[in-house]
Amino acid sequence: MEEVLNALARALSFGTPLLMACLGALLNERAGVVNLGVEGMMALGALAGFAVAFGSGVGDGSLWLAVLAAMLVGALAALVHAFVTITLQANQFVAGLSLTMLGLGAAGLLGKRFEGQPLFNQPPEWPFTLGAIALALLLGFILYGTRLGLTLRSVGENPAAADLLGLDVVGVRYAAVAAGGALAGLAGAYLSLVYRPSWTDGMTAGLGWIAVALVIFVGWSPLRAIFGAVFFGLLYYLQFRLQGQSAIPSEVFASLPYLLVILVLALSGLRGQQGNAPEALGKPYRRGER
Amino acid sequence: MRLEPLVNPPRFRVLWVTLGALGVAFVLVGGLFAAYGLNPLEAYRAMLQGTLLDAKGWQEVLRRSIPLLLIGAGLTLAFRTQFFNIGAEGQLLLGAVWAAGVALFLPLPPALSLPAMLLAGALGGALWCLVAAWLRGRLNVNEILTTLMLNYVAQSLVIFLINGPWKGRDARGYIYSDRFAEYQQLAVLPGTNVHWPTLLLGVLLALVLQWVLSRTTLGFRMRVVGENPGAARYLGISGVRVGFWIALITGGLAGLAGVGEIAGIHHRLIEPGQLSSGYGFTAIIVAWLARGHPALVLLTAPLMGLILAGGDLLKVSLNMPFRIVDVFSGVMLLCLIGSEILVQNRIRWGR
Repeated sequence: MEEVLNALARALSFGTPLLMACLGALLNERAGVVNLGVEGMMALGALAGFAVAFGSGVGDGSLWLAVLAAMLVGALAALVHAFVTITLQANQFVAGLSLTMLGLGAAGLLGKRFEGQPLFNQPPEWPFTLGAIALALLLGFILYGTRLGLTLRSVGENPAAADLLGLDVVGVRYAAVAAGGALAGLAGAYLSLVYRPSWTDGMTAGLGWIAVALVIFVGWSPLRAIFGAVFFGLLYYLQFRLQGQSAIPSEVFASLPYLLVILVLALSGLRGQQGNAPEALGKPYRRGER
Repeated sequence: MRLEPLVNPPRFRVLWVTLGALGVAFVLVGGLFAAYGLNPLEAYRAMLQGTLLDAKGWQEVLRRSIPLLLIGAGLTLAFRTQFFNIGAEGQLLLGAVWAAGVALFLPLPPALSLPAMLLAGALGGALWCLVAAWLRGRLNVNEILTTLMLNYVAQSLVIFLINGPWKGRDARGYIYSDRFAEYQQLAVLPGTNVHWPTLLLGVLLALVLQWVLSRTTLGFRMRVVGENPGAARYLGISGVRVGFWIALITGGLAGLAGVGEIAGIHHRLIEPGQLSSGYGFTAIIVAWLARGHPALVLLTAPLMGLILAGGDLLKVSLNMPFRIVDVFSGVMLLCLIGSEILVQNRIRWGR
């Protein structure tokens, strides 16, 4: 029993950054914009959070400042994506990919001086985990229970109609992408401040990509995202738990999450999950064009 | 300010817009150099001086261009048909794995060993890419995510092999395979690391692909599928089947690049990070710059080769992380796709 509870607790802890990043990606995809830059924004958020916490000493007040900085940096990086894809109407997939390259590169470059520096106080994980779950519930409520959610969904499903109704398609999309970036930054901050209070180049280790895949897996539903994140969290836990304990080589466990993402995407494809995608996902909106 | 579509964009507009975008990219990266605490002009000077104005530097640029040429030529076709293969890193690794498998364990007459390695490598890369193409064709799974996930899997596979069953007898604390025999190594230009047979192969294949694209039925199908999927359906062209061809070609070329790296430079299967060293991602920019023309890769691959070699220089002389190359890639790609709108439209100031 204790074993099971422990496993669940660890799964929640591993799943927290996944849930945060997944909710962010889900939010901007609901507005019709795919941002594959999650991994890069996470790396930048992780660095920004760490740098602020490290620079401002180890007081408790600095933690929230650091988290805020991470979210701000994530949002700023996302605005680059918004500008290129919404205003300049470039290909969203390629733009997101380049944002990942840029984010990982810039974080690795500017973070070099923090490599190997420890952060002395480790904040508890549970407020973040609870916060992420609350955020998922809140996002679910906003999407389906409020006017704001309706606006967001219409912009993602049928921007031309939303535009006709007088909604500001461009503004809503910018806001959604920035909010998504802030959540990716938050996920990064969780990694570098809470989960393992340190900075190393490449510490996001593909988590951002898994979060992007998770959005498809959970069919763009914030509530199901909670279970998806815990499921992958459990997988990460098992990966560490079983490493070196069995005859199966550790590399098999290391590649398990990625293989599982492929499997999960294939299953989603088999069930026709893609049908749940927002209608205008990935398409730039240009007034007067069908 | 508003945009006005150009019905017939002037011929050289693409060139000017592209050069402008690259110019903006270099200015932006310069800003990051400054943020890192380096005089941008100084950094660019170091990069250029050490590569273009130096005999050793030229060799480095050339060596770095070989995998970029091979992968880039394939990716050009892939992007043209809207198949976003981001997994060239993994396909390169699988090519290296298959070739190393042939080199280490298949008793072949010496004369046949190298050709067999090249074939096996191409096959290994092609099959790895085919997984993603199959999932996309049959189950509508986004190929960006699958090819990328397969990169991570490929890395684990290589580590498993060189740390386990294929671990070299002389490796001790390190992880790499046994060294290949003399006849299993690609010839190099004397005194350099430039494995010229692969270079020659890359140049030839880029030209062949250009010919395939513009002169054959398969090429015609690729162009239709890429430019107008609706028309392709009407013409009875199977997008899925064209996707398979694309996967075989791009994956195969990335696999060949992997063979070149291990048979030409390292002479054994080594740690995946060092082996692929980001070629798969850098080649994306090579392909994007070539704008759907495989032959143009002959120009764009050396450009990115120069940036990779320059990144090496900055690492050695200024102790800068090699990540600077990712920054270059990301910023260049963002500027390139962002400038696309200016190729088809003209800006009109005022109302």
